[in-house]
Amino acid sequence: MRSFRFAGLLLLAVGVCAQAQSPTYGLGRAPTAEEVAAWDIAISPDGTELPAGSGTVAEGEELYVQKTCFVCHGLNGTGATAPRLIKRDVGEVDDPWDYGRVLPIRSPYATTVWDYINRGMPLGMEGTLTPDEVYSIVAYLLFLNDVIEEDMVLDQDSLPNIEMPNRNNFARVPDWFPGQPRLEGYPY
Amino acid sequence: MSSRQSDRREFLKRGAALAGGLGLAAAKPASAQLPDPEGMIVGTDDLVAYGKRSRFEDSKRIPHGGRHSPDAFGLDFHIAAPLQESVGVITPSSLHYVGTTRGSYVPDIDPAKHRLMIHGLVDRELVFTMEELRRFPSVTRLHFIECAGNRSRSSHTTVQETHGMTSCAEWTGVLLSTLLEEAGVQDGGEWIVAEGVEEVKGASTIPVNKAMDDCILCYGMNGEAVRPQQGYPLRLLVPGFEGIFNVKWLRRIKVVDQYYMTYNDYGHLTQDPATAALGYQIGPKSVITFPSGSQRLPEPGFYEISGLAWSGGGKVARVEISTDGGRSWQDADIRGEPQPMAHTRFSMNWTWDGNECELQSRCTDELGQVQPSRAQVAAFWNQPPDQPVRVKGQDNSIQPWRIDSDGNVHNAII
Ligand code: HEC
Repeated sequence: MRSFRFAGLLLLAVGVCAQAQSPTYGLGRAPTAEEVAAWDIAISPDGTELPAGSGTVAEGEELYVQKTCFVCHGLNGTGATAPRLIKRDVGEVDDPWDYGRVLPIRSPYATTVWDYINRGMPLGMEGTLTPDEVYSIVAYLLFLNDVIEEDMVLDQDSLPNIEMPNRNNFARVPDWFPGQPRLEGYPY
Repeated sequence: MSSRQSDRREFLKRGAALAGGLGLAAAKPASAQLPDPEGMIVGTDDLVAYGKRSRFEDSKRIPHGGRHSPDAFGLDFHIAAPLQESVGVITPSSLHYVGTTRGSYVPDIDPAKHRLMIHGLVDRELVFTMEELRRFPSVTRLHFIECAGNRSRSSHTTVQETHGMTSCAEWTGVLLSTLLEEAGVQDGGEWIVAEGVEEVKGASTIPVNKAMDDCILCYGMNGEAVRPQQGYPLRLLVPGFEGIFNVKWLRRIKVVDQYYMTYNDYGHLTQDPATAALGYQIGPKSVITFPSGSQRLPEPGFYEISGLAWSGGGKVARVEISTDGGRSWQDADIRGEPQPMAHTRFSMNWTWDGNECELQSRCTDELGQVQPSRAQVAAFWNQPPDQPVRVKGQDNSIQPWRIDSDGNVHNAII
């Protein structure tokens, strides 16, 4: 009798575990592959989500004018109303951080530059650039900032491999656990 | 209907029409004994349908941080809540602070068309309508949100300027953990990327530990739908984490295996590990809202000192008040039961003797973290005493208010 009950409990426990693997509420539907592809615009540092395409510095230089970037950011990436896109004129520095808070030079990954221009620029016309155009514009901005050579072709394979000067030159956020103080050893 | 009744109706109708142009009904004849109100508010269909505050109340939000909202094009950026007039712990939805990733229009979203997608490292990718989300078991919790830029400066004159980039509301929605369990997070799913639908599609990377702990997908705020400025129809709440993580107009959650360094994440980048940690979860913090900067005590005598305390680390455990510039401290009364990561109202009975004095408040949270003075912060980091103190990460330093002998209250932060 006893062992029977025990076996029953065991079965129950196994049942519960198995259930956790399958949906409890059964609400919602699966997205189509096209939906996921269209919505999946956050680009990881290893470039998994980058769409196929390519671009060059020369094309980027033309697009920078054609797509009105220069109106807000200035012809040479500075001198207009929007944030500068070219590193501060501080000559050779020991710490690339000193070039200032300028995305195409400070960002640890070129993917963040691609991602932001793709999702957020040109201001007021967001989402109008094609992948090829974004690759070209990123190439141009990285060239302006002396990160890449003029003849480099950017595509979904080469872009994530660009060694940005701050690649390992920033502080990671701490691992987070519930009930954890902000900073070990800091009483405040 | 008797003819007397219909006469009365006619009379009322005509009276209302007469008064209608003024918005107020004609004043009653003055009573000999008792003062009368200024007038009567005429009922309208609009007022019956959705109430309005008294015309004598004018508590309002202000643009914050040196950039005007709305700008010439109608974009909003940072808007601060009028904490100086706040009572209790809930910020009314119309007065809740507003922060945006960058200046942006508020998207005008039809909830019938809105969708939330959960995908990435999950067993089942899922898309939900708002109607489906409302069918899940829900939670209702008080939580504050605070912008990283909520930093007192000596040029600020009111608590709205020093601390107005935080607010607290009652939020209702589905726990993110409920949906992530429904989707089934796979091994290696260490982070989520949460993303909105506004022009810039603001996206933040959040640890999956946090996502599974207490994050809420909110459709409700203070008893009604979340307001458009707060992310209608769906916003993510990340309790106790700095403002930008609380993604508004939420459309997508992707479970991923690495920190994505979105543009929002990049915006917080620093080289100093301490600054990175201290700009993540918000520290223990409090501020006296009465008496506060630019207010005036009309005369010596009794006052209730009142303020708000909160912490990203959990519940407020203790609040102390000093009336002598931090030399001595007394425990304040905590009003009601403190909730985790929620504004908590504190107060203390006080008789002002008419002499110049300095009020401060200090919060301790349930983790034992204590709100510091700026001098304590400077001492901890060995900063040179002759330089202005820059509090690392989120500024949770003690706010001093100086009361002059004429009763005027000033910001005494240095
Ligand atoms: C209408 C004006 C306008 C146009 C056109 C415009 N931008 Fe911008 N851009 C801005 C503003 C304003 C910001 C800052 C946004 C903010 O406040 O966060 C910005 C930010 C950026 C940034 C991030 C800068 C940083 O360091 O954080 C990049 C990169 C950028 N723009 C690239 C471009 C490119 C490439 C184009 C053309 C395809 C373009 N922009 C067109 C106004 C504009």
